[in-house]
Amino acid sequence: MSNLKEVRTRIASVKSTKQITSAMKMVAASKLRKAQNAILQLRPYVNKLQEILQSISASLESSGENIYSRQNEVNNVLLVVLTSNRGLCGAFNSNVIKVTTRQIEANYASYLKAGRLNLITIGKHASEYFKKHNYPVVERYDDIYDSLTFDNVVPIAEKVMNEYAEGKYDHVEIIYNQFKNAAVQQLLIEQYLPVKSDVDLEFGEVFIDYIFEPSKEEIVNELIPKSLKLQLFKALLDSYASEQGARMTAMHLATDNATELLKELKVSYNKARQASITNEILEIVSGAEALKG
Amino acid sequence: MNIEIVTPEKTIFTGEVVLVQLPGIDGLFEILNKHAPLIAVLGKGKIKIEDKDKNILFFNINGGVVEVLKNNVLVLAE
Repeated sequence: MSNLKEVRTRIASVKSTKQITSAMKMVAASKLRKAQNAILQLRPYVNKLQEILQSISASLESSGENIYSRQNEVNNVLLVVLTSNRGLCGAFNSNVIKVTTRQIEANYASYLKAGRLNLITIGKHASEYFKKHNYPVVERYDDIYDSLTFDNVVPIAEKVMNEYAEGKYDHVEIIYNQFKNAAVQQLLIEQYLPVKSDVDLEFGEVFIDYIFEPSKEEIVNELIPKSLKLQLFKALLDSYASEQGARMTAMHLATDNATELLKELKVSYNKARQASITNEILEIVSGAEALKG
Repeated sequence: MNIEIVTPEKTIFTGEVVLVQLPGIDGLFEILNKHAPLIAVLGKGKIKIEDKDKNILFFNINGGVVEVLKNNVLVLAE
């Protein structure tokens, strides 16, 4: 039988932990709402840009003469890995890391050995893990989450695009969590560069006789970098929202567990209290009995 | 005509206007009511819009795209 004081201190500690987890859950929920709004704001923009790009490249005969869509023999690979800065969000980060290492083992093991695989990590978890395990991390951007704005993401995208254009890399992939809803994230390995030219015309699409200013080719060349920047920004927003969603779920579970634990502790506390009272009465009664004797 | 100016982060402006001046990469151009369908790339510069009460507004952009279709102007700014 655990003694009363012991149980009481445990109850107090579990209670305060529960308070912390439920507060973290609340914070994650409000951050999630913000992140979700940002995604909703971005979506029409991305869709429209994609639409314009597609309608132009569909009407363009000589497609694919762009530095970002060249299909070279793959010599150098770059992986961009997105995790979070903070923990306590379930398996969010470890999933990303697991998938990344698996992807490297499965597809790029020879590149890794030859030193032709590089990583860009965003978020402390990936940065630290891959540094500790001696993966070639060329760049880490951990403070991007401090202010996740389009203007802050653009330099990263530009750097990657420039290095691709210079031929430093031939294949770039982004690994991140795509946001489905608060409880569900989907891990994605997305090809970033070269740009996949998926000209899948929707059935019955009507061609509108646009005036193009400047020429179609130039517009496509202007738009592809824009859409690439957006793609990275969207991946980051998705990852951020997923992180908050994962944290919310994790903290919800933790709060539930704490409630459960508290209930059990209360029962054992009451039992202990009851036992001590019974003991006391027993002592008094036997004392009185002895006096009478 | 209707205009909508959006950035990746938010919608900056929506509403009825009579004139839009945009910084195309080859120079400034204006769009008036009932303009033909157009897609143009924008450079760094100022968007000027004028509503029917002759109020003039300016927005700075770093580049973008504009689509004009059926009296709707959509500016995807950066």
